Amino acid sequence: MEKANIKYDIAIIGAGVVGGLVARSLSAYDARICIIDKHIDMAMGASGANSGIVHAGYDATPGSMKAKFNIEGTAMMPGICRLLGVSYKNSGSLVLAFNSEDEKQLQKLYENGIAGGVKGMKLLSKETVLKMEPLLNPKITKALHAPTAGVVSPYKLNIAAIENAVVNGTEFLRETQVLGITGNKGDFTLSTNKGDIFAAVVINCAGIYADDIAKMAGDGFFTLTPRKGEYLLFDRSEGGLVENVVFQPPSEKGKGVLVMTTVDGNILIGPDANIVESKEDSQTHADSLDYVYKTAIKTCSGLNLKKVITSFAGLRATPDTGDFIIGESKKIPGFFNVAGIESPGLSSAPAIGEYVAEIVSGSLGGLAKKENFKPGLDTHEFFRDMDLNEKENIMQDNPDYGMIVCRCENVTKAEVLDSIRRPAGARTVDGVKRRTRAGMGRCQGGFCLPAVVEILSKELGIEKEEVQKGDSGSNILVERNRP
Amino acid sequence: MIEKRSLVIIGAGPAGLAAAVKAKKAGIKDVLLIDRDIQLGGILKQCIHNGFGLHVFKEELTGPEFALRYIREIEELKVEYKLNTMVISVDKNKRITTVNPDDGLIVYEARSIILAMGCRERPRGALRIPGTNPSGIFSAGTAQRFVNIEGMKPGKTALILGSGDIGLIMARRLTLEGMKVRAVCEIMPHPGGLTRNIVQCLEDFNIPLKLSTTVIAIHGKRRIEGVTIAQVDDSFKPVKGTEKYIECDMLLLSVGLIPENELAEEAGVELDPVTGGARVNQYLETNIDGIYACGNVLHVHDLVDYVAIEAEKAAKSAVRKIKGKTRKIKKRIELITGNGIRYTVPQFIDVTDKEEKIKIYFRSTSIMESIKINAICKDEIIFSKKLKRVAPAEMEYIIISTDDIRGRKMIIEARAK
Repeated sequence: MEKANIKYDIAIIGAGVVGGLVARSLSAYDARICIIDKHIDMAMGASGANSGIVHAGYDATPGSMKAKFNIEGTAMMPGICRLLGVSYKNSGSLVLAFNSEDEKQLQKLYENGIAGGVKGMKLLSKETVLKMEPLLNPKITKALHAPTAGVVSPYKLNIAAIENAVVNGTEFLRETQVLGITGNKGDFTLSTNKGDIFAAVVINCAGIYADDIAKMAGDGFFTLTPRKGEYLLFDRSEGGLVENVVFQPPSEKGKGVLVMTTVDGNILIGPDANIVESKEDSQTHADSLDYVYKTAIKTCSGLNLKKVITSFAGLRATPDTGDFIIGESKKIPGFFNVAGIESPGLSSAPAIGEYVAEIVSGSLGGLAKKENFKPGLDTHEFFRDMDLNEKENIMQDNPDYGMIVCRCENVTKAEVLDSIRRPAGARTVDGVKRRTRAGMGRCQGGFCLPAVVEILSKELGIEKEEVQKGDSGSNILVERNRP
Repeated sequence: MIEKRSLVIIGAGPAGLAAAVKAKKAGIKDVLLIDRDIQLGGILKQCIHNGFGLHVFKEELTGPEFALRYIREIEELKVEYKLNTMVISVDKNKRITTVNPDDGLIVYEARSIILAMGCRERPRGALRIPGTNPSGIFSAGTAQRFVNIEGMKPGKTALILGSGDIGLIMARRLTLEGMKVRAVCEIMPHPGGLTRNIVQCLEDFNIPLKLSTTVIAIHGKRRIEGVTIAQVDDSFKPVKGTEKYIECDMLLLSVGLIPENELAEEAGVELDPVTGGARVNQYLETNIDGIYACGNVLHVHDLVDYVAIEAEKAAKSAVRKIKGKTRKIKKRIELITGNGIRYTVPQFIDVTDKEEKIKIYFRSTSIMESIKINAICKDEIIFSKKLKRVAPAEMEYIIISTDDIRGRKMIIEARAK
């Protein structure tokens, strides 16, 4: 194993959005850092399958870690997205009430938000809400409006955060599964499928597996329960049905089924919430998808099932402690947990990243800040978002911009190549898809898949039959017709 | 850069090729044919099976051979064409914005446009088949491209969902390339494709066709490992107790084609919600003056021959318009689909000052035998034609004279004899 003799100051386990933003914050310090993931790419767990909402922060109990990091993270989100070239939209959110019971709940959320310091919230009359969102169910009675809420692409934020960390010297170790953890502060050994990794401190950002990783290290004081949420995604032709993220009143199952326009312009509905046995269970079910649809049409009757382009499921990592678990293990010094980051985890992640970086630096005796830290990424605007002049100019500079690979989303060959060649770039069809949107449109890759397979095969120097959809074993093609 | 052309044809598949040849022969010097692929021919290039050309050329050709007949004419007639060129927008003033790696961005201003973009396949997501999201799930046309153009096998053992013609053709093709096809499942009680394909692609190779059956779950984490199929009742709901696990490492979907009309919609072309194509008159002209549609972008055809014939008609209409030879329209008749009729093309008839025979194509909603097709104006049957059998998979037509039409509406219906 090529990394055998390297000793890292900091090893981060898990390349989801939390691990990614922890890595990015830490990469501002002078330290040798690696971020490890068992998957071939980042954002392969819950970070790649959630609503993509930046919550205003009125749900969490004031004083909890959830409330603190949510409100701080949401305030940081526009700035960090700008630096990393990730689209973010300050859409605002609405919670609807359909009767006086619901209105009481709205009042509670409102008071909760005020106590937590959420700014700008208002309880709106039916008329005001319908003026804002004319396509909502006219049977609503009231709504809670939170103008600070927004939407972001969770996987794009995740990918950009890790790329930024890599640009600043962090090593991204893919397909590296931690099998055992021994040692103590200053002297940890992580045994992995790719050999041993040595580190002074370890940060556990392992998502739904964070309880297993903590147990492996010798401090399994919490348990995570996978709670699945299923979603339906609609064609961009349906976008604009709603401007705000629109929730129904929360129930014991969570914040309730929402209807929203994603930052990329698709309508998204979901999630439901069901506890599942396996942490690997990302299956969708007919019953759940039916439930999601039937619930969502109460918000907005104009949802057209014929325009669904895909469905997906994600697992929430629900902790038995009732709050995020963030901090150094009491039993194993130098081992930090960042666990149980269920909703509002995405909203909280930027603030969690900064906080964890500070406490870890403190624990290593106060790391010096890098002088040449680059807080942002060099990114291009997407071809589909350029005006005609910009399109013409960029095609003159690079003719690959004139080759449209994905016609549904207008993704060019230049952008596919860039997604592979960037630091911590794409290695798989899904990796290209998440970075460029090639294959995310209405034909779901029917047209661009052969082209993407060919480009990946050439760029990575592998045979076409070795090109994977995602993790190893998910090859698109099997063999040649005539060997 | 802005350039002007009399006629721009978008899409160089069978419809675009046939239209371009016809328009050039009819005397339009500056016809421009645009395609996003690096070769002319569209999807025909990957349709290496035979059965093409029986109506147009009176002989049996493969897809590439059929395309080549037109491509030779395109070359001989020196029709201008642009390959590797993507149309990124069309507007109602018939301005077409294109990009390609050699020229960059060019905007064409056309006097007439023929839309010939064909269609795309419905993906898994549109069906909401639950389960995991592994690799190995392909639309039938994508698999066809991998096998026939790239020379690659997309799997070893397949289940095919949907008995559309591409699915049937692929069942035979995979078998011939040494892959195993476990079955073709069809949710409807009748096959989706042509009878000749059921016989030649399934029966001749002992591939089972399971009607009223669908896939209710997909299994396998990384590569697909199997599917659960089940029979469905009259309302297409899975029947409990009929579930069956089928091991396969490939699921091919042949579950419908969707006319590729995003560009047309952007230009303001009105679509028929049933066909997914433009609403057109008997000249195949859309609601936008000078924009015509033909081939699979208008409605999904059974045979490429019919596509070519329809494209020539669109070209003829466009040429007439460019030459200023159109007749004055007296009134517009809306065609209404009555009992047993799924759709008609055209959707409306523009009656001119001269008697005209109008060919109205239609598909039935179900298989029906011994029927009459009636055309009704003002509660009166103005035309009737007996047919032994109609099926949704096979397009039919009637011919009506404009002199017989009364009022502003005409209902087309199918009734038992």
